[in-house]
Amino acid sequence: FPNPLSSISGISMSPSRQNLHHSLHSTMALPKTSYSVLSAFCTEENISQCIAYINQEVCSLGLTGVSLESKSGSLSAVPVLNLLYEVLQLQRRAQRALHELETQQLKNGSDLEHLQHSNCRLKDQLEHTRRDNSGLHEGERQLQLKIKTLQNWLKSEKEEVQKLQSIISSRATQYNHDTKRKERECTKLKERLNQLLMDKRDKKLSIEISNHVGRSDGKRGLWKTGKMEARHEGEMYKALLSDYETRQRSLMMENSELKKVLQHMKKDMITILSPKKPEPANDSLEQAVSECEEEIGDPSRETLEQSCEQAREQLTNSIRLQWRKLKSHMERLDSQASLVASQEREGEEMMSRKEHEEEMQRMRMELQQCKEFIHMQQQLLQQQLSSPCDEETAALLNDCYTLEEKERLKEEWRLFNEQKRNFERERKNFTEAAIRLGHERKAFEEDRAAWLKTQFLNMTPFVDRKRSALSDSALSVGTEPEAKLQSTPPLVTKSLFSTPKAASVKMPSTADLYRTLHLIPDSRGHGKCQSGEMSTKSRLRNCSTDCSVLSFVRDENSPI
Amino acid sequence: MNFSEVFKQSNQLCKVSPDGKYLATCVQYRLVVRDFNSLQIAHLYTCLDPVMHMEWSSDSLFILCAMYKRGLVQVWSLEQPDWHCKIDEGSIGLVSSRWSPDGRHVLNTTEFNLRVTVWSLCTKAVSYIKYPKACQKGVDFTADGRYMALAERRECKDYISVFVCDDWHLLRHFESETQDLAGLEWSPNCCVLAVWDNCLEYKLLLYSLDGRLLSSYSAYEWSLGIKSVAWSPSSQFLAVGSYDEKVRILNHITWKKITEFEHPATIINTKAVVFKEVEKRPVVGSEDLSIHQLTVDNSLFSTQSKYEITQLPAQVPVIKPDPDRANPKIGISALAFSADNRFLATKNDNMPQSLWVWDMQRLSLLAVLEQTAPVRCFVWDPRRPRLALCTGNTKVYLWSPAGCVSVNVPVEGSFQVLSLFWHCSGSSLVLLSKEHICLLKYILYNVSLSCHLIGILFRRHAVFL
Repeated sequence: FPNPLSSISGISMSPSRQNLHHSLHSTMALPKTSYSVLSAFCTEENISQCIAYINQEVCSLGLTGVSLESKSGSLSAVPVLNLLYEVLQLQRRAQRALHELETQQLKNGSDLEHLQHSNCRLKDQLEHTRRDNSGLHEGERQLQLKIKTLQNWLKSEKEEVQKLQSIISSRATQYNHDTKRKERECTKLKERLNQLLMDKRDKKLSIEISNHVGRSDGKRGLWKTGKMEARHEGEMYKALLSDYETRQRSLMMENSELKKVLQHMKKDMITILSPKKPEPANDSLEQAVSECEEEIGDPSRETLEQSCEQAREQLTNSIRLQWRKLKSHMERLDSQASLVASQEREGEEMMSRKEHEEEMQRMRMELQQCKEFIHMQQQLLQQQLSSPCDEETAALLNDCYTLEEKERLKEEWRLFNEQKRNFERERKNFTEAAIRLGHERKAFEEDRAAWLKTQFLNMTPFVDRKRSALSDSALSVGTEPEAKLQSTPPLVTKSLFSTPKAASVKMPSTADLYRTLHLIPDSRGHGKCQSGEMSTKSRLRNCSTDCSVLSFVRDENSPI
Repeated sequence: MNFSEVFKQSNQLCKVSPDGKYLATCVQYRLVVRDFNSLQIAHLYTCLDPVMHMEWSSDSLFILCAMYKRGLVQVWSLEQPDWHCKIDEGSIGLVSSRWSPDGRHVLNTTEFNLRVTVWSLCTKAVSYIKYPKACQKGVDFTADGRYMALAERRECKDYISVFVCDDWHLLRHFESETQDLAGLEWSPNCCVLAVWDNCLEYKLLLYSLDGRLLSSYSAYEWSLGIKSVAWSPSSQFLAVGSYDEKVRILNHITWKKITEFEHPATIINTKAVVFKEVEKRPVVGSEDLSIHQLTVDNSLFSTQSKYEITQLPAQVPVIKPDPDRANPKIGISALAFSADNRFLATKNDNMPQSLWVWDMQRLSLLAVLEQTAPVRCFVWDPRRPRLALCTGNTKVYLWSPAGCVSVNVPVEGSFQVLSLFWHCSGSSLVLLSKEHICLLKYILYNVSLSCHLIGILFRRHAVFL
């Protein structure tokens, strides 16, 4: 490491040099200051000595030309002044040199400082790089170690793999052997089992069939003979042959199709290549085309018809040749086209840009128009929407709505009327039925009464009297429910069912109907009405079936 | 469209006769045959034990009822109700029973796959086929019913036998190049047999009828392989679904892959439409309560649902399969082509709520149906390109290129549709719950016509508007 060492030596040297300068300064400054203090250099007594000293000094300074001479104790001014002048000159020179030296010193100092700084920095850098270096060295060492371990590992793994492979292969052979052995055993066992079963003459092994079935083809079975065998072989080969034939046929078809395509392609090729012929540009192409034509013209037919090896070769060769020509031609065309295109491109581009811009302009215009149109439409719409303030349109609209409403109502009304009519018709039917029923009942009652009467009269000796009594009782029966009706209302209202009054309020028409219907022919009908909201069906049933007083009473109780 | 009343059923045994005239259901011991149109009981048979398996013969004249526990098979005739046939497999046991394509032979597989017994109803003759292999799909008949392919296992090797169904003559017997054969299936044109290995190895082999190996295909190695295989009805495509959540489509000429359909968790294909089922409980206002009760009745308590189109890219819910379990719930477990070959529906097991529909003309994703519950069952209409599916709730879902609808099953109580199948005419659907069946009749093809009846429709082009 030569660099740092030199720098270090530089550092160690610098302070000593500084010290040297300082000492110089001090020695030079001292006489100046001491000059004024020590005024007793020259006195009256020692003039001569002083002169001698000065002379000596001047001599030592090298000012040989001038020397002081004392002349009886007084000094002549001229040499002294000359000397002084010389000394002053000397002094000034010295001063100047000193100055120079000082500035030099300063410069050197700053240089030194700078160098020191840079030195420091470099040292740091050096340290850093040194550290980095050592780190890298360490990393490398570790990686090397790792590689070594990995290599070891790989080696061991490889060994392991080899071992395993050998194990696998040995196992495989072992297993194969075992399986074969087992299989053999198995077959042996099977054989044995078969033998045993056959020997035992398995009784159970049987087929029970009610009667034989004819063969599916209706033919009879044939004996197994050599002839049959031959026939089977023949049939098999026939089947194979037919398969091959069909396959060949399909291949032929495909082949002919392909040939057609080929021919077509050839023709196309010729047509593509031939128009170039008149162009005087390339003779080679012309030649090629003519060659092609020659080749294609006659032998192609034959080659297509023929199918021998040679013909095929010829065909493929010719095709290949043509294809190559076509390819080269195309390439040439391509290059030409690219050349031309590159020439024309710039102009075209300009053109296209112009057109483009024009188009853009036009489209923009159109867009603007469309926008305006839309805006106008919107405005109109807005106006239309905002203008219903004028009463006329509002009224008109209202009218429209009411008209619609009216129409709908009318429709509904019509429907309602229809329904009503239907109801009316039904009701009429119903009343008619009821009336008929009433009549029937009346007749029945009368019949019964007559029958009872006759019975009674037959049984009793008082025939005449009983007749009149019966009529009375019938009357009383008729009036009884009337009275009950008037007396019971509070009782009935307590029950779950509505009172006849309520019923009448709810459905006056039917209630009235029933009342009128059933009161006239039979008083019991009125009683039925009391049982409230029974369905008309049940009422009808009740009406028709309940004839006795007892049943009537039971009916009355049942709702409670 | 209307729903029939509900009938009882047990063990999910309900089949429509191949001619479409009858509907047979089993209720414990009883076999009930109804007229499909009137649903009146036409015949009633009583078996000896609860029926475990039931099958119509191809000519719709006989019904086979297998009672595996007792090792019994009973056959009933529709023409002669008093005719009967009982086949007893004896002490050897019975695990599966099926008709031969001519409807005159019954093929019984005994326990431990010891042998296949062929019983003839014509001659009472019995023949045995030994060493059948116990696997995913070990027996398959050609569509014309002429040949039967049977997977066999002998000496630890897989073999395939091709029989002539007419007289059970062994036509070909060859070793298949599989480690452990899992299944085989004839192409619909009866000439190619697809054979695939079990899930440990991705291997698909294609054999000709005469036993020649036409091609073999393997998409990748060292990973779980094929999970499902389906032929297109035209035999032109073979779709192979695997555990890597992809479907590979092979062509029928070179037997090479045409394309593969991935099932990504994020759908970014802009041509696809993602229909998301959204459930909503009906909000019952006070004023429309009475009307609702009158009209909707029981659906008042069930949730309504409708489809909404999700903005792309859409996220499909994915479940993480447990890697420690065998048969992990991942990969394509079900594939089905529509009858017109135009569409392919697939289901990825780790996206159980989604059903994917692919366009086979453009070979691209067409639609994704995202249900609220795992898809239980999906079936194509045998006549038209439309798809019915169920998720074990009370709804049936229909998809067609025009849109997607959900239909609530309006039945007393809850009718949880566990599986469904179409009537052969494509006009009716039979829905099966745990113990009941219900018929959905007169389904209009044009979903838009019925949308006012059943819900909301989303048209495809609605997305582009």
